Amino acid sequence: MSAFEYAPAPESRAVVSIEPEYGLFINGKFVKGKKHFPSINPATGEKLSNITQASNADVDKAVLAARSAYQKTWSKMAPAQRAKYLYRIARILQERAREFAVLETLDNGKPIRESRDVDVPLAAAHFFYHAGWADKLQHAGFGSAPKPHGVVGQIIPWNFPLLMLAWKIAPALATGNTVVLKPAESTSLTALLFAQVCQQAELPAGVVNIVTGDGAVGAALVNHPGIDKIAFTGSTDVGKIIARSVAHSGKSLTLELGGKGANIVFEDAAIDEAVEGIVNGIFFNQGHVCCAGSRLLIQEGIHDEVVGKLKVRMAKIRVGDPMDKNTDLGAINSAEQLMKINELVDYGKKEGGEIWSPQCTLPSKGFWFAPTIFSGVTQAHRIAREEIFGPVLSILTFRTPQEAIEKANNTPFGLSAGIWSEKGSRTLWASNQLKAGVIWANTFNKFDPASPFGGYKESGWGREGGRHGLGSYIKGGDHE
Amino acid sequence: MITYSIVDGTESSLKNFLKTLPGVDQVGAEARAAMLGTRSIKAASKNYAIELAISMVDLTTLEGADTPGKVRALCSKGLRPDPTDATVPHVGAICVYNDMVSTARQHLDSIGGSDLPIAAVSTAFPSGRASMPVKIHDTQDAIDAGATEIDMVIDRGAFLSGRFGEVFEEIKIIKELCGDRAHLKVILETGELVTYDNVRKASYIAMLAGADFIKTSTGKVTPAATAPVVLVMLEAVRDYYELTGTRIGVKAAGGIRTTKDAIKQLVLVNETAGPEWLNPALFRIGASALLNDLLQQRMKMREGRYASPNYVTID
Repeated sequence: MSAFEYAPAPESRAVVSIEPEYGLFINGKFVKGKKHFPSINPATGEKLSNITQASNADVDKAVLAARSAYQKTWSKMAPAQRAKYLYRIARILQERAREFAVLETLDNGKPIRESRDVDVPLAAAHFFYHAGWADKLQHAGFGSAPKPHGVVGQIIPWNFPLLMLAWKIAPALATGNTVVLKPAESTSLTALLFAQVCQQAELPAGVVNIVTGDGAVGAALVNHPGIDKIAFTGSTDVGKIIARSVAHSGKSLTLELGGKGANIVFEDAAIDEAVEGIVNGIFFNQGHVCCAGSRLLIQEGIHDEVVGKLKVRMAKIRVGDPMDKNTDLGAINSAEQLMKINELVDYGKKEGGEIWSPQCTLPSKGFWFAPTIFSGVTQAHRIAREEIFGPVLSILTFRTPQEAIEKANNTPFGLSAGIWSEKGSRTLWASNQLKAGVIWANTFNKFDPASPFGGYKESGWGREGGRHGLGSYIKGGDHE
Repeated sequence: MITYSIVDGTESSLKNFLKTLPGVDQVGAEARAAMLGTRSIKAASKNYAIELAISMVDLTTLEGADTPGKVRALCSKGLRPDPTDATVPHVGAICVYNDMVSTARQHLDSIGGSDLPIAAVSTAFPSGRASMPVKIHDTQDAIDAGATEIDMVIDRGAFLSGRFGEVFEEIKIIKELCGDRAHLKVILETGELVTYDNVRKASYIAMLAGADFIKTSTGKVTPAATAPVVLVMLEAVRDYYELTGTRIGVKAAGGIRTTKDAIKQLVLVNETAGPEWLNPALFRIGASALLNDLLQQRMKMREGRYASPNYVTID
């Protein structure tokens, strides 16, 4: 070897055993399904397992099991007892962390470094955090005797399969609800492993039910009369359909939808760390992040310096085998998503954006997209307005702080924003002007169970995490 | 060779220049350094890194109890780190106190090590608390005795009270004294500068004043060569190269004791300043105990098992 090239450092997959076929998790047991569809590893195209496509009758059974568990056990249980189960689940997640990380990476395509260091530890943290609330709800600001909704239907996306499951299940159980959860079609495996954790923790049967399948299963859940509340994370388009379906049904609804987060770099920013934050903002999890910093707004005076440094830094991004511990950017989750990214990138080129990617060799199998930036983008470009949900950054400029805010807010979305400045007064001023649910200052994509997360405008309704997130699972808590 | 074109050496020109440097966000710098610490270096890349790290070690003894015997043993070790294996490269340099330079030089010359550089710590190391004539004499002494590298300390007192011109002037004088005879490494003693903003500023003062290397620490103060500090210094030499076309070296010294620590440093270099810095002319690791751990790991990589510590020499 004549240069310092990192030898392959693959994580072992021996720690997980994937079954050839998975059923549904209903009333504490795995139930064999009739129809199946394959779940593949997006990094290789290899089939991992067969997943059950739940029928309407299966959804019925799951909702019934959840209702019965709610009435007979979960709503009658002392809150401290509920906490005990949540703590138990949290500890099991920590004990089996490697197993979950490897499975998540195989199923989703994200780098093992991220599933190991972000997804799994945060999922456990969400259970620990909400376990603490379970017997203290009367102090959470929702009255002296807060009541759960009852049976909650939860639909989660494929970008953070286990973490989104934790964001949904932990607060629902802590507040006394029971759950029917549908994972995303392309990433059901960690949810099914989580079902085993529920068994291991001896969680009472029916408190958590997991039904797998495509959008039809989600629709059956949304429209089911036995559901008291729907919590959905996913695209704005589907969110709108759900909102229409749920209208007049008396069901409560929280939505966590898309975004086109502005990452604003002022001329007095700490440039090196801002460049890191830009990279983290858009290339973390291949840009499959609803709160990604996908619109970079740079003050004109430092545009060339920042973009120059960004390109140098991007050349160091290691793209490839997600199971390699040194990989920074993994696979695109599905052929469908890759098609969407390609379509919008083609638009970006047609609209005159200047496209740039570092030299990198993409694997021949699976779904891949190189880290990409578009400079010279304006507010009028489609790639500045629509969510690409991939490793593609649109770069815009601004002249004054006022203009930065106007551009940042000029979007139908309002999920996240980032501010990079060494001047505290400017950061405070800008964070007051920005219409986004999460605003990061001198950092990006930082999550904590104690911090509420959610959007303005088309980015969603309600909050998840923190005291505010509890409200989404308490009767009347949304309107506090 | 020395360009003072960016600043003219006056207090005000320095202050004006330093004001143009962006700040360092502490949380972000530490997060980046920690992330690079997770790189997993295996197999062929580990062999390569161990070999490289050995050739970058400034093998050091800086004790009140140093004797000619101790220094001669260190020189022998530095030239032939593993007496049973001639393929092991020699270290980057031998680093000693001023009065031990002639002993080291004579011994190295007598055992075929005349190419091995000798670094002398200078300018009232480690505190730097002496008058300028003393510091000049200290350095002159070391060069006359045969030191080819001078590891000087900056005046941290002057830096911390904002007298940047004084810091610059001292380095400039020592650099002129070194001339073509000795390479100048400037020790910032980052553990006393405390903030990363200060580390960045001090790095630039040293580079502008003519340093060939910027060095983290004396090894007498903790914390020393922490990953974020080295990261900030590597960013400084990378950006200085952009600015001037001159590549300045970095020496991480203090607290690097294991092969794992050393490899983390090499990853920092590789992914921050870039592969051009991955050679002993531009990156050094100041250490004493590290060399034996590198040798043990090297044996392990070759033989597939750990040897007893008695298979590496204790000098």
